[in-house]
Amino acid sequence: MSDLLRSYLTVAIFGAAAVLMAFTMFGVARVLRPQRPTPQKLIAYESGVDPVGSDWTQSQIRYYVFAVLFVLFDVEAVFIFPWATRLEVYALFGLVEMAIFIFILVLGLFYAWRKGVLRWV
Amino acid sequence: MTGALGLAYWAETSIKLGVALIVIPTAALMLGYLFLLKMMAFMQSRLGPQDVGPYGTLQLIADAVKFLQKEDIHPAAADRRVFRAAPVVVLASSFLLFVVLPTGPDAVVENLDTGIFYAMAVSSLSVLGVLMAGWASANKYALLGGLRAAGQLIAYELPLILAVMGVVIQADSLNLQEIVRAQAEGEIFGFGLIGNPFILTQFIGFLIFMISAQAELTQTPFDMPVAETELVGGFHVEYTGFRFLLFFMAEVATAFAFSALATVMFLGGWWIPGFDFDAPVLNVLGPVVMLVKILVVAFIIFWIRFTYPRLREDQLQKFAWKVLIPLSLANIVVTGIFKVVL
Repeated sequence: MSDLLRSYLTVAIFGAAAVLMAFTMFGVARVLRPQRPTPQKLIAYESGVDPVGSDWTQSQIRYYVFAVLFVLFDVEAVFIFPWATRLEVYALFGLVEMAIFIFILVLGLFYAWRKGVLRWV
Repeated sequence: MTGALGLAYWAETSIKLGVALIVIPTAALMLGYLFLLKMMAFMQSRLGPQDVGPYGTLQLIADAVKFLQKEDIHPAAADRRVFRAAPVVVLASSFLLFVVLPTGPDAVVENLDTGIFYAMAVSSLSVLGVLMAGWASANKYALLGGLRAAGQLIAYELPLILAVMGVVIQADSLNLQEIVRAQAEGEIFGFGLIGNPFILTQFIGFLIFMISAQAELTQTPFDMPVAETELVGGFHVEYTGFRFLLFFMAEVATAFAFSALATVMFLGGWWIPGFDFDAPVLNVLGPVVMLVKILVVAFIIFWIRFTYPRLREDQLQKFAWKVLIPLSLANIVVTGIFKVVL
């Protein structure tokens, strides 16, 4: 197995260990805790009054446009990372390229700004 | 195939896993006791816990045992499977952050080449857990809290990533060890005794990173998602007993990990001025230095948390998109110009 894959094997092992730790604790808790469910106990909490409406209510996702913008910018960030590590090699060429890239990016942000998308309505 | 200790891969990984399983809960307990219990109490003219152990040091362990004995209540309407999985996802996210944190020349779990990129990716996994918790609870407060958390975390994810970019440009690497090395071997106008901690050259990046980290950790003034006074806890309102404790532990452990990331990227990491970069003794001294610096950074995070009032949701979004993101993009360009021209 190559070193690269092996180092990510460690990551996988740590992820598995975290899950295992959580479940071990649940196991310990299962032995220690009481279990006496009553219908009243299992009602959703709404500051002491009976819940109004159905269990899953509809809610306006105000940040929907932000989420779309986020996806765009996050993909751009992925492009900037490899550039940032190699800037010394690319020197002026890389700098100008990335300046254009970021300029277009900022243009997009200002467009969204002017269109009033960045308001929390 | 042998690692730093000269042992086989499996033996070495087992040892590292064992150390991590001790260090991570200890780190969470330490931050929780020092800052959440004692410092907050002193700042509010209280004494904090006194009775359990000397100066109340064992209070959090007593609390954990108490949580273990609490009844595990799933609301009847909840989506059972997702409800149960959510805290585990959040915990795993903060656990995985510790894999790349370097505390000495060899004292690191796995020195991934993608270092900081990996850390950013893993830390954003916790949003999934929060959304799962908010949705699966079938509770209006939890749903609102989960949606707010998602909106806030994605807004501050970007400045966080972009602030890191300045450090990456300066260090020419994503690898956290290489970032420490770049700071250790750097010079300030030809003066190389203390290296070049990037907080000096990347001060704006550091500020953006700390503000965004504050928001990612949903600490006040960015605690809209868990606002007690209006959402009574937000996404974890329906959680009881140990599942609630997992959310709490993950929050404090992530605060520790983010302080460690800030230390590694901006404060010179584990390197001590005057030592060789690879000196074996730093494997012992490095973790101590790291811990001191981490506590200083964490102190700032919690100091702000206990001092400032909560931001409104629209102010919070406006601040991220109209101030932090343009500023961090400008920071990248300016850092690039300095890197190439100077």
